[in-house]
Amino acid sequence: MTWITWEKRLQPSPWMAVVIPILSVILALGLGAIFLAATGFDPWKVYQSMLKGVTGSRYGISETVVKAIPLMLTGLGVSVAFRMLLWNIGAEGQFYMGAFGATWVALTFPHLPPHIMLPAMFIVGCLLGGLWAVVAAIPRAKWGVNEVITTLMLNYVAILWVDYLVYGPWKDPQGFNFPLTAPFAQAATLATIPGTRVHLGLVFALIAGVLLTIILWRTRWGYEIRVIGESVKAARYAGMNIQRNIILVMFLSGALAGLAGMSEVSGVTHRLQHAISPGYGYTAIIIAWLAKLHPATVILVSFLFAGLIVGGYSVQTMGVPAATVSMLQGAILFFVLGGEILTRYRLHFRGKEVAE
Amino acid sequence: MENSVWVAALAAAIIAGTPILYAAVGEILAERAGVLNLGVEGMMLVGAVTGFMVAVHTANPWLGFVTAMLASGASAAIFAFLTVTLRSNQVVTGLALTLFGTGLSGFLGKPYVGVALPVSFKAVPIPGLSEIPILGPVLFRHDPLVYITYVLIPLIWYYLYRTRPGLNVRAVGENPGAADALGVNVFALRYLHVILGGMLAGAGGAYLSLAYAPSWLENMTAGRGWIAVALVIFAVWDPLRALLGAYLFGGVDSLAYTLQAATTISIPSFFLKMLPYILTIIVLVIATRQTLVKHIGAPGALAIPYDREER
Repeated sequence: MTWITWEKRLQPSPWMAVVIPILSVILALGLGAIFLAATGFDPWKVYQSMLKGVTGSRYGISETVVKAIPLMLTGLGVSVAFRMLLWNIGAEGQFYMGAFGATWVALTFPHLPPHIMLPAMFIVGCLLGGLWAVVAAIPRAKWGVNEVITTLMLNYVAILWVDYLVYGPWKDPQGFNFPLTAPFAQAATLATIPGTRVHLGLVFALIAGVLLTIILWRTRWGYEIRVIGESVKAARYAGMNIQRNIILVMFLSGALAGLAGMSEVSGVTHRLQHAISPGYGYTAIIIAWLAKLHPATVILVSFLFAGLIVGGYSVQTMGVPAATVSMLQGAILFFVLGGEILTRYRLHFRGKEVAE
Repeated sequence: MENSVWVAALAAAIIAGTPILYAAVGEILAERAGVLNLGVEGMMLVGAVTGFMVAVHTANPWLGFVTAMLASGASAAIFAFLTVTLRSNQVVTGLALTLFGTGLSGFLGKPYVGVALPVSFKAVPIPGLSEIPILGPVLFRHDPLVYITYVLIPLIWYYLYRTRPGLNVRAVGENPGAADALGVNVFALRYLHVILGGMLAGAGGAYLSLAYAPSWLENMTAGRGWIAVALVIFAVWDPLRALLGAYLFGGVDSLAYTLQAATTISIPSFFLKMLPYILTIIVLVIATRQTLVKHIGAPGALAIPYDREER
């Protein structure tokens, strides 16, 4: 390594912070192209029809927005936890619990009027998503139990729980044996933009983004979150209650994922069903990191990843496996992580003869 | 009769625990060198799919097993490059490796779903030992990959606790600055142990697709990689304790099938499938509290990138 030297930058380079994510997406697509070509696909054709599937029609564009909604909400949730170095990997499970909570309201009280039904679904969805995260937050706050593993294990439990319901007691007798519940009453469905499937969840996500920005940079609580994330020692020294903040932030994080689940059942599927998320909670992790944990950027990046998901669906007819999308997502994150060093360091290439 | 049910359950626990054991001991090697690799699940999947693909085409499970270890070792090398050389965040990079490995294995394995494996690893009773009452059927009527762990795990324990290089590895994990000052090559050791750890994760993955299930299914590890990571904490970074822990999890894992076969009470299978995940959480909480009380914990420099200039 003597021919490359690292020189620490005094200030992280803002220029690199923009270039690296863009370059990472390009490089990941390049890597994906190699895999596609190696397995007998024409990468150019695949990418072209992906792009066409996303932007080529009104339907493609509206589907992208529909997929962006849960990604924004889970992405916001994950990013606020990451800010405090709380590795909430459980957005997937919190999403399922939110969907479960909202469905419980819709199926148990089918005759509620919309102005009570929807707020009730909203509250129960957020509450269950938040509490599911708190299950991992309490042992983390009290004894330092690794939250990566607990939140992840809770994902599996939540998914199995929803599967139990949709294959068992909540299964729709008129559903031709498919694992789904009966459809919700009209009062339990979110309004959509006429002619599209884009629903009110978009407004939830945008408001959540604004509120989170206000919380993080305009309130005392947000200040504490940011300080704890920078240095737990400094925060403790300043007398901040770290245990309480761990639980509160995890609750907020889970509640946002729960809201994503609520808005998905109430805005898109209008029922609970098996595999209701194609991994939104995991994609949220990449989005949060790519967006540098900034709410406004989370919203923007969510559209990119939603496009990737919709484009991925559209090329499945060509025989391209659905897993291609998750492979691309992982690769993007790899390149971002590898490139991050360039924001902190300047690289110097030298001849081999120059000693260290 | 009663007896044979228990013997069968214990033997099943060892088989179900073996993939987790391989992965957990691999992770212990990486973490002892101070690197937290959360990509175990992804590396296991890469191992499972490549092992299966090679075994299908060559009809040789051993070749599949070795290729699996190489493929997962290679993916661990990417992780090592990012975290050791480029000093990226280990938690997020590990997650990236899991996401990438999940996607890659699904992509590569797509044509192999439902394909039958021509030759899988079969149980080979060890002459003599397998005839010992109870112990024989529990321990010595398995496939060769199980026997490998019987030898490998004590060897790794010996390496870590009784040899000079093992001491160096633990020093790198505890205090890389001090180890570096003593002339230990921190970067080389970290690379080596992350890659060895990846190879063992690949072995665990290949065990699933070549011996346990013999088949390929998308996401067939079903969280076992994460259970392995949790097991490392339960085992307080000790390979021998990981052995016991893995069989405990193996027991719970196979309990779902044992219970369904042996009892008349019908517990919905979804709840039985939840058991390993719930047990992981409970065990993790207990283990963490214990290490807290006894003041034994993770290697001191775990998850902290080593920067020579900041020594």
